[in-house]
Amino acid sequence: MDIDGHERVIEVTGLTRVYGGGSGGFEAVRGISFSVARGEIFALLGTNGAGKTSTVELLEGLAAPTGGEIRVLGHDPYRERAAVRPRTGVMLQEGGFPAELTVAETARMWAGCTSGARPAAEALARVGLGDRLGVRVKQLSGGERRRLDLALALLGDPEVLFLDEPTTGLDAEGRRDTWELVRALRDAGTTVLLTTHYLEEAEGLADRLAILHTGRIAAAGTPAEVTAGRPGRMSFHLPEGYHLGDLPPLAALGVCGHEHEGRTVRLHTTDPQRTAAGVLAWADRTGLRLPALDVRSASLEEAFLGIAGHDSGLGQGVAA
Amino acid sequence: MSGAVRTSAGRQLRTSAGRRLGALGRAELALLGRNRGAVVTALLVPLALPFTVRGAYARLDLKAHGASAGIAMLTAAIGFSFLFAVYTALVGAFVARREERVLKRLRTGELSDAEILTGTALPAVGLGLAQVLVLSVGCALLLHTGPPKAPWLILPGLLSGLVVSAALAAVTASFTRTTESAQVTALPLLLVSMLGSGITVPAAALPDRIASLCALLPLSPAIRLVEAGWTGRSSGPGTLAALATALAWAVVAVFAVRRWFRWEPRR
Repeated sequence: MDIDGHERVIEVTGLTRVYGGGSGGFEAVRGISFSVARGEIFALLGTNGAGKTSTVELLEGLAAPTGGEIRVLGHDPYRERAAVRPRTGVMLQEGGFPAELTVAETARMWAGCTSGARPAAEALARVGLGDRLGVRVKQLSGGERRRLDLALALLGDPEVLFLDEPTTGLDAEGRRDTWELVRALRDAGTTVLLTTHYLEEAEGLADRLAILHTGRIAAAGTPAEVTAGRPGRMSFHLPEGYHLGDLPPLAALGVCGHEHEGRTVRLHTTDPQRTAAGVLAWADRTGLRLPALDVRSASLEEAFLGIAGHDSGLGQGVAA
Repeated sequence: MSGAVRTSAGRQLRTSAGRRLGALGRAELALLGRNRGAVVTALLVPLALPFTVRGAYARLDLKAHGASAGIAMLTAAIGFSFLFAVYTALVGAFVARREERVLKRLRTGELSDAEILTGTALPAVGLGLAQVLVLSVGCALLLHTGPPKAPWLILPGLLSGLVVSAALAAVTASFTRTTESAQVTALPLLLVSMLGSGITVPAAALPDRIASLCALLPLSPAIRLVEAGWTGRSSGPGTLAALATALAWAVVAVFAVRRWFRWEPRR
């Protein structure tokens, strides 16, 4: 229990993971600490190679950490495997089911290995695979395989659920369905730790999140805490013949930085409302229309770009 | 709540090792049945190959060693069962499951590592055992080998053959990257066993010094015990030596698997 009386279901202290051993090993996780309370959705957000999967595999107990300590439900998930596994559910980033088994056979096998398993048909119907029971795994689409994996992770009604990129490869509808399901699980008391490289997934789904960058936690907290103090953004196309200097003094509008590429002007602002009002009033006075007008307050995207740089390759919107 | 006992209808309570092994073995049996290449190799090779060595056996003076061509062929067939129904089939199965990330996924669940390997091996070991039983009855009827003269030696022989074959399959899989390369990595044990363990060349036909070295090969104890079970020619020290050798190989294999077995594809 922590001081607020919330039970800490996952506690990570000074975690490191080095691949390859020795001094030449690759340090994928470089000393991270965080905790997750019961009934919380916690997201590890980061680019490919940030250390998300390396971290979540340690939490799942698939490998021993190089350094640091992990407690899941009060136990070491690697050394006290038998105590932890009946209470956790895991969805790996990819694969994990024999291609030649049918959906029903796969679920039956997994149910036989899971304490307190729901009836397989019920679990499959829950993720919309109720009419695919006789289909071989190899004939499923990528999205259907993700849903099969999710159904089996949920089979034993786990107290703690680990989801490694649960919506990668899903279409927009599949992602929304998965989000609904994860929220419903949280509301029923399940603790969820997920990794994602989708900003909107972390922002919309997570109660708290940590941004991982090159094996370290660069920022952590609720989405509001992580974005607080980050600049908002206004962008538009400046018509031919006009220059940035024609605008009112930018500093007086709360602008703290700007870029001008081709016709596109991008203003970073600590006060999006003041900036927008000033720029739009100027456009009205000058009789201009500003195409491609976009104003947004601070979002995870700004926070993330500030951390990972512009070539972050971070996914936004529908899956790549 | 965490400790709540589930009582709602249709739910299973805590799983047991037996239940988990059964569930995994059943799935693996379905997979074995759908792998036509593995089934053909496992079923036909042990039945067909012994006939190819029949001519060679006929020229050997087996009677002088208390053996008969029938018993030599039966022994060869059982050896081929260990090698093809169990060993090569399981090298392929372990590698395929690893590369599909099935082993990794299973390790996220409640099965222990030993249960995962055992459950995966169960159908092939069962198939090998069934085949050996069919071969024994068939040979007794068709090749007039008669009933075994020391049947109590056959059980430890079969047991050690099946266990050592399955355990060495896991060891071989540790050093095998793809199911294709399994055809190469499995070869050394296949060749050494066929030539040195009394499968294609009866141990009695080898020079004494080579024979005593060959008795230390992984499958030699199993073949020797099975053969002695049929011929009735055994000595206490010889039987103990065979059992000790089989046990040593099983221990070595378990150590090697714990040390080197890979549970997921290389990154």
